[in-house]
Amino acid sequence: MTMNAVHNGSHLDSIVGEDPGIPFALLDEESKREIRRALLHAVCVPGYQVPFGSREMPVARGWGSGGLQITLAIVGKTDIVKVIDQGDDEGVNAVNLRRLVVTSTGIEESTEVVESTIIQSRHRIPEDEMINSHTLVLQVPVPEPLRGVERDMRELARMHSEADYSRMWVSLYEDKVRNGVITQTTGYPCLVNGRYVVATTPIPRWDIPRLHDSQFLTLFGAGREKRVYAIPPYTLVEPLTFEDVPFEVEQANGAQCRLCSSSESFLVESPGTNGDAGTWTCSDTAWCRARRIK
Amino acid sequence: MSKIVIPDSVLKVSGLGKIYGPITDGAIERTGSQVGTARDHQTGSIVAAWDVNFEVAAGEALGIVGESGSGKSTVLRCIAGDIDSSVGDVRLSTFENGEANLLTLDAATRRKMRIDQLSVVYQDPAEGLSLGVTAGGNIADPLTAAGWRNFEGIRVRARDLLQRTEVPLDRMDDIVRSFSGGMRQRVQIARALANNPRLVLLDEPTTGLDASVAAGVLDLIRGLLEEFELAAIVVSHDFSVIEMLTERCIVMHHGRVVENALTDQLLEDPHHPYSQKLVSAARA
Repeated sequence: MTMNAVHNGSHLDSIVGEDPGIPFALLDEESKREIRRALLHAVCVPGYQVPFGSREMPVARGWGSGGLQITLAIVGKTDIVKVIDQGDDEGVNAVNLRRLVVTSTGIEESTEVVESTIIQSRHRIPEDEMINSHTLVLQVPVPEPLRGVERDMRELARMHSEADYSRMWVSLYEDKVRNGVITQTTGYPCLVNGRYVVATTPIPRWDIPRLHDSQFLTLFGAGREKRVYAIPPYTLVEPLTFEDVPFEVEQANGAQCRLCSSSESFLVESPGTNGDAGTWTCSDTAWCRARRIK
Repeated sequence: MSKIVIPDSVLKVSGLGKIYGPITDGAIERTGSQVGTARDHQTGSIVAAWDVNFEVAAGEALGIVGESGSGKSTVLRCIAGDIDSSVGDVRLSTFENGEANLLTLDAATRRKMRIDQLSVVYQDPAEGLSLGVTAGGNIADPLTAAGWRNFEGIRVRARDLLQRTEVPLDRMDDIVRSFSGGMRQRVQIARALANNPRLVLLDEPTTGLDASVAAGVLDLIRGLLEEFELAAIVVSHDFSVIEMLTERCIVMHHGRVVENALTDQLLEDPHHPYSQKLVSAARA
């Protein structure tokens, strides 16, 4: 009998009531509040992975749904949002995520760091200086830095709770023994505030020093894995490395950006054609463009 | 049973017991060597070990002998904390000035204690080693746990330990899975010694190795016990291992200690009827 009632269209309308429209920033207020509570927890315990009830988003999990939920939970009416993918404001994923944020909130968007208040990114920290008016939101595919050395969730929880990171050190040792250097590039493991090891996934080593003692707040969101974590401003961030094996960032020896001739930014190589040498360009397109205009 | 007083004992075990299943009144009386079973017929509980008391001094190795299921490994694993014991008191003189009962440590403290106080060498090297990691990496594990952060320092220490345990140094950077059983056992011993523990527990360290390899490993263990003045407990059902490594031993039967004697004395003149049976079977 109940089933019949539900199938009756007019009755369904009376249950649902008037269409309230899409809420500000897409998520309902309870959801936003729950995510903000998790974020507060994350800021209070830097580097600790806080579980949260990851919502279904209009983007697939693994395509930035975690970062998107953070941005939507913290965005206010006066914020200005910048979204990049691989340092590029015009990447397909960046454009789609930005459009979703802007159309569901009516806020302004920008490609300039200096104008923005929330910067959502997957692979990079923008080259431009960021200050305490900025919040960096990183989309994280795998939030667990120890996933490579342990699969059991209970054991992982134990290792974090006891700060038992010896197996992480063994994996760095093995890497150095096998390859002569530590080869891990993106997502380099870092010790935050002297306590928790985090995955800085998936920014390159180049960006790691930017996280240390930064003026800005960094929020990490993993939608598929349902975890958020944070590096608050002015927090100690140390890449795990042996005393006698200095941490080094990626170097493209002598390479310059083909467009702005920069050699002091993070460069990416495009393969050459017909056996020619590849060319290099800045990964951060907004930064590169600004340099050329100057 | 004669009481042997040990000066300056490193390890003191008193009243250690482990019961699987409900503990009921009379369970102790219904089990044990004299009754001839460790299983309480009323409840089905297994009294795997009960009322185990002994001390071990620095530089001394104590043997625990008995047939399969007699409770030897249970005692060892209770001391190591691999399994929780039901009752008892175990103290290491070098840990918290001997004021902490190892059996009641929380898991995190026990793990810290095991980094540099107590090591276990298991019968199966897979239990004590990560087989997918190199020999050097297996030694780096306890070293980094103890705070070593210098890559060359770790290399030097690992090399030194592997040399002492007679693992060819050109195999140091090979994964342990590619090693023979004897060599795996040597790596496990090297790892166990990494942080200069005061106490080493050896659970059937040569069982499963062929005779000539086992003899080499035994020689090695004996040399290391002397060199590092280690306190050790050796669990084995093999009297030749006990004879070679230990000065004193206890005999266990159905979860109880039935004899506590000097090893030579036990082998020549066992007192308890079960010990007599065990020794004559081994000597036959």
